[in-house]
Amino acid sequence: MKYTEEHEWLRAEGDVYVVGITEHATTQLGDLVFVELPEVGDTVTKDDEIVVIESVKAASDILAPVDGEITEVNTALAEDPSLANSDALGDGWFFKIKPSDPSQLDDMMDEAAYKEMIS
Amino acid sequence: MADLQKTPLHALHLSLGAKMVPFAGYEMPVQYPLGVMKEHLHTRAKAGLFDVSHMGQVIVKGDSYAAAALGLETLIPVDVADLAEDRQRYGFFTNDAGGIEDDLMLANRGDHVFVVVNAACKAADIERMKAALEPDLTVTEITDRALLALQGPASEAVLSAIDPRAAEMTFMDVATLDLNGVSAWVSRSGYTGEDGFEISIPAADAESIATALLAHADVEPIGLGARDSLRLEAGLCLYGHDIDETTSPVAGALTWAIQKVRRPGGARAGGFPGAEAIFQEMENGTARKRVGLLPEGRAPMREGVMLYADETATEAIGSITSGGFGPTVGGPVAMGYVTSDYAAIGTQVYGELRGKRQPLKVAKLPFTPANFKR
Repeated sequence: MKYTEEHEWLRAEGDVYVVGITEHATTQLGDLVFVELPEVGDTVTKDDEIVVIESVKAASDILAPVDGEITEVNTALAEDPSLANSDALGDGWFFKIKPSDPSQLDDMMDEAAYKEMIS
Repeated sequence: MADLQKTPLHALHLSLGAKMVPFAGYEMPVQYPLGVMKEHLHTRAKAGLFDVSHMGQVIVKGDSYAAAALGLETLIPVDVADLAEDRQRYGFFTNDAGGIEDDLMLANRGDHVFVVVNAACKAADIERMKAALEPDLTVTEITDRALLALQGPASEAVLSAIDPRAAEMTFMDVATLDLNGVSAWVSRSGYTGEDGFEISIPAADAESIATALLAHADVEPIGLGARDSLRLEAGLCLYGHDIDETTSPVAGALTWAIQKVRRPGGARAGGFPGAEAIFQEMENGTARKRVGLLPEGRAPMREGVMLYADETATEAIGSITSGGFGPTVGGPVAMGYVTSDYAAIGTQVYGELRGKRQPLKVAKLPFTPANFKR
């Protein structure tokens, strides 16, 4: 698993990465009530705002962690945003992305570094 | 949060794991470990306990109840004088332009009027009352009492287990109850759309009473986050957002709170700030009106979202003043102001959200049926 400073996690699945937000992030955000996902096939650039999430408290954005193409989105999450609260690292994933420059992952944190950041 | 005031329940909030935030000069719990969504649903299903000690509690007293009531009627356009003993009523202070300076609850307590005002406005409210009413009347802020709200369908069972007389009260009744030996000023009211009680108790006893109420299996502590979504679903105004010094009771859809006796032709018509402006609006209508708004999509539309007649119009017809997700409704809910041409129930309008126009319908308030004990 890789982690970004924006509290996203990335898990390799073949040559694509599954992306979600961490439990720390969902705890801070509170109960999610709305998720707007990108379209499959979208080409995105690192730090583009590609997902809108709304919690009971406020709206926020999720940024593209790398350059690449969206290969799949979690439609179950759009139907039931609370999945991100109940299973942040599993059923609450947001989208899958195929990086165009996998070296962008090199700078990301591992679990220990992420835990250090949020502690 | 060093400059913030603390309520008598501050230590209890911390021990319950509350997340504290600054609110109206106080450090207040926005949520507990249960979280806003579950706190909201729990209140509608069973009972929630809220700390509202930040609100202002004021006693207005004169030679008689009538003297105090008639004094307040010079500031408030509601019928205070005819309020029966041990009954409570909603009202508001108005200004010379007919705008609302604060909304409040007032109760006939036999020899005085007990007034509860919003935390953010309480200093100005007390100043206003003192300036207008003293020395004929005395205006005393009660600073040594906490205020709790117990809200939800199980509230009666919870409170009457401590003092059975709670069960005899109906909506907007007021009584002094004995809660484990503590003298509590209780009203059967609240701000969630649910049955419930507001309970004023000496600050020194606040923690023990709150703890006793929380000991009931049906009671959970509830923070400001759920308080806001509960009152929004109930169609109730948040002062400073849905009503303020620029909104009249007519525009704010609160004319129901102005009884006949204070209206033109009534025995005590007018005599409050802005009466002329308010009567003129009651007669001729207002440019804008407060309405309920139901976003048709799933995205919440919050305060500040601008409203338009259609997808391309350049001039806004209004804006949202409160909005968010309604856990009981199961979708987004909002209220706001629109020009009166667009205020009819069912009218479609558009809100601009992240650069896109999204449809909403003007909807009847409340969004969830009121569940009071009449």
